[in-house]
Amino acid sequence: MKPTDQTMTPAASFWNDTGRSGIASWIFSTDHKRIGLLYFFSVFGFFLVGVVLGLLIRIELMAPGRTIMGPQTYNALFTVHGVVMVFLFIIPGFQGSFGNLIMPIQIGARDVAFPRLNLFSWWLYMAGAAIILTSLFTGGGPPDTGWTFYLPFSGRTGTNVSLAVFGVFVVGFSSIATGVNFVTTIHRLRAEGMTWGRLPLFVWSLYATAWVQILATPILGITLVLIIAERLLGTGLFDPGRGGDPLMYQHLFWIYSHPAVYIMILPAMGVISEIIPVFARKPVFGYKMIAFSSLAIAAAGSLVWGHHMFTSGMSDTAVLVFSFLTFVVAIPSAIKVFNWVSTLYKGSISLEAPMLFSLSFIFLFSIGGLTGLIQGAAATDIHVHDTQFVVGHFHYVIFGGSGFAFFAAMHYWLPKFYGRRYAEKPAIIAWALMSVGFNILYFSMIVLGLEGMPRRYYDYLPEFAPLNLVSTIGSWILASGLVLLLVNLVRGLRSGERVGKNPWGAATLEWSIPTPPPTENFEEEPVVTHGPYDYRGAGIP
Amino acid sequence: MSHQTRKDPAGAKLGMWLFLFTELFLFGGLFLLYGVYLARYHREFAAAGREMHLGFGTANTVILITSSLLAAMAVTAIQRSGRRLVLYLLGGTVLCGAVFLFNKYLEWSDEIGHGIYPGSPRLAAGPPGESVFYSLYYLTVGLHGLHVLIGGTLLAVVAARVGRGTIHAGDFAWLENGALYWHLVDLVWIFIFPLYYLVL
Ligand code: HEM
Ligand SMILES: [Cu+2]
Repeated sequence: MKPTDQTMTPAASFWNDTGRSGIASWIFSTDHKRIGLLYFFSVFGFFLVGVVLGLLIRIELMAPGRTIMGPQTYNALFTVHGVVMVFLFIIPGFQGSFGNLIMPIQIGARDVAFPRLNLFSWWLYMAGAAIILTSLFTGGGPPDTGWTFYLPFSGRTGTNVSLAVFGVFVVGFSSIATGVNFVTTIHRLRAEGMTWGRLPLFVWSLYATAWVQILATPILGITLVLIIAERLLGTGLFDPGRGGDPLMYQHLFWIYSHPAVYIMILPAMGVISEIIPVFARKPVFGYKMIAFSSLAIAAAGSLVWGHHMFTSGMSDTAVLVFSFLTFVVAIPSAIKVFNWVSTLYKGSISLEAPMLFSLSFIFLFSIGGLTGLIQGAAATDIHVHDTQFVVGHFHYVIFGGSGFAFFAAMHYWLPKFYGRRYAEKPAIIAWALMSVGFNILYFSMIVLGLEGMPRRYYDYLPEFAPLNLVSTIGSWILASGLVLLLVNLVRGLRSGERVGKNPWGAATLEWSIPTPPPTENFEEEPVVTHGPYDYRGAGIP
Repeated sequence: MSHQTRKDPAGAKLGMWLFLFTELFLFGGLFLLYGVYLARYHREFAAAGREMHLGFGTANTVILITSSLLAAMAVTAIQRSGRRLVLYLLGGTVLCGAVFLFNKYLEWSDEIGHGIYPGSPRLAAGPPGESVFYSLYYLTVGLHGLHVLIGGTLLAVVAARVGRGTIHAGDFAWLENGALYWHLVDLVWIFIFPLYYLVL
């Protein structure tokens, strides 16, 4: 984990300056930077686990019939892939890692408002993850319900659903704790002169996200409790045989889980809003609209859960209303895209790895968003519902969107904390491999879905075979790019070229302090005198 | 590390309020189910609601409101009067919580004795709306009872720290937040009581 030697006097950076030593200096640290790195390594570890599972699913689907596993294993695999990716990687990912690493510095604070709660939420996250992992190897075996745990099936299957659900519940608590911590921090700990109008856009996006975490996660909590009650006590609240209504389960689940996609995507958009102006060397276009659209997405996005249930038997009025609201959310999302593109216009663009990943983000997220509209319109959704189209769509959004923003953030910010950087050329090759592989992998799924291949199916008709093979080959190209990215990043951070305070020439506060940052970030309380994208005020190295 | 010792009582209170929102939404899910199923099974809900023990419900309402008053007085007392009064008031609050849970225990044993509990053969034989009502009742009240237990424990810890002097007139954010939590527990009950015992 640690850089092999230090760029600055050893005692001054957060790598050294701590009372404890060894592993204890990490897992008991209340320093937001150490907690941020803990989160980073844990969520990224789970991402890699999820990727391996995804590749296995793809290998099974490479050819019709049985390829490498049986149907029960397949069901467990896509369930665990979904649970790991959603609850252990992408939901906690940004807030936990880059939120913790960057946000306090960007607002000029020494730490978050509740440092011990911050550490506790990492512990909760790890405890929840451990419970989920335990559920795979004990009881009736890994859950096979899909990550949505739909009742009544999840109430009846003999697999280890209760324990997995309990693990997700614990992870939810961790998410709530982070949300509470971040809202309080952003309200209370901004440095002098850091007005709301000077808040970096990444912080704005984390702020909106934290509200979603606070207001939506408890609904997931109660929904999970109800699954466990259903299994252990036989409450029958969603069992039509005993007067319950499975549709009510879907409502409760999506009241959380649709807003949860904004927990995944909003911070990613924040990352992009930081990177684009820096690499276009221009103040971001429409600062206020980008900040406002984060809040608008969070607010409007809380009202659209019903679009997951168009085909489940809702009233026509409900379908109409949810369809309309879904289209409303597209407006603030599009505002952001237009603002990024306008920022690029006539900028002096430098195409380094963080920028390339950000451009891919815009491209892939736009495809994800447009395919989302196809599902938001009830009429077309009936055609594509529960097909591979849906799988293609959400991978474009959460992997092409949030995932690529995560890679952008890794290249952009990690050098700040290690004092060394990756090599540029391999980073660009990795980016190219991943972007190409990604589109081969998931665009095939979109087409397969339009042709009628259902999702979560172990086997398929022979006419779907060619595109499935193409898709699987795409997954290998993507994976090879990912391996290259990792090797390059690890080598760079251990022994790459040293970086100074402000290698990118950015104007936000984190680039004004030493690299790697000292334990308390700022030698003296900073006083903010210019906006986050005001490059005249920034010292360019 | 020095930054851990900086105190921000306003920040602590803001954090607590945010957390209390999450608790409201947790119960909100159950109240939502109540609303939907009431609309669907109003006859069965009304019949089942009349079977509830109004006496236990009323007694527990009075007990919880009293306890909330005591908790609020403890917050005032720590700013104005001595440590001893605070301890008495907190002791009273925790005691009320314990009596509440004891009452709940009596009420539940009686109901379970009559074969009324989730998944029981008696409910399985009855109309579906009745079983939905009781399942919701047990879940909501059970979750609330758990909160009484957590709140009571929290206030007992706070009392111990008041006794040791780590919570005092100059720094009582913990006491204030503990009391806020207790008010939430009270508030949730004030919704449960009419919905399950009175209006049906
Ligand atoms: C190399 C990377 C990946 C590959 C090859 C991959 C592949 C797949 C495949 C083949 C499915 C199953 C579709 C079906 O059975 O119909 C799937 C489902 C899913 N994937 Fe991925 N995926 C990858 C990365 C991701 C990422 C980064 C995320 C989220 C952050 C993600 C989230 C999901 C979810 C939520 C499901 C749904 C699971 C379910 O149906 O229960 N995947 N993926
Ligand atoms: Cu949705």
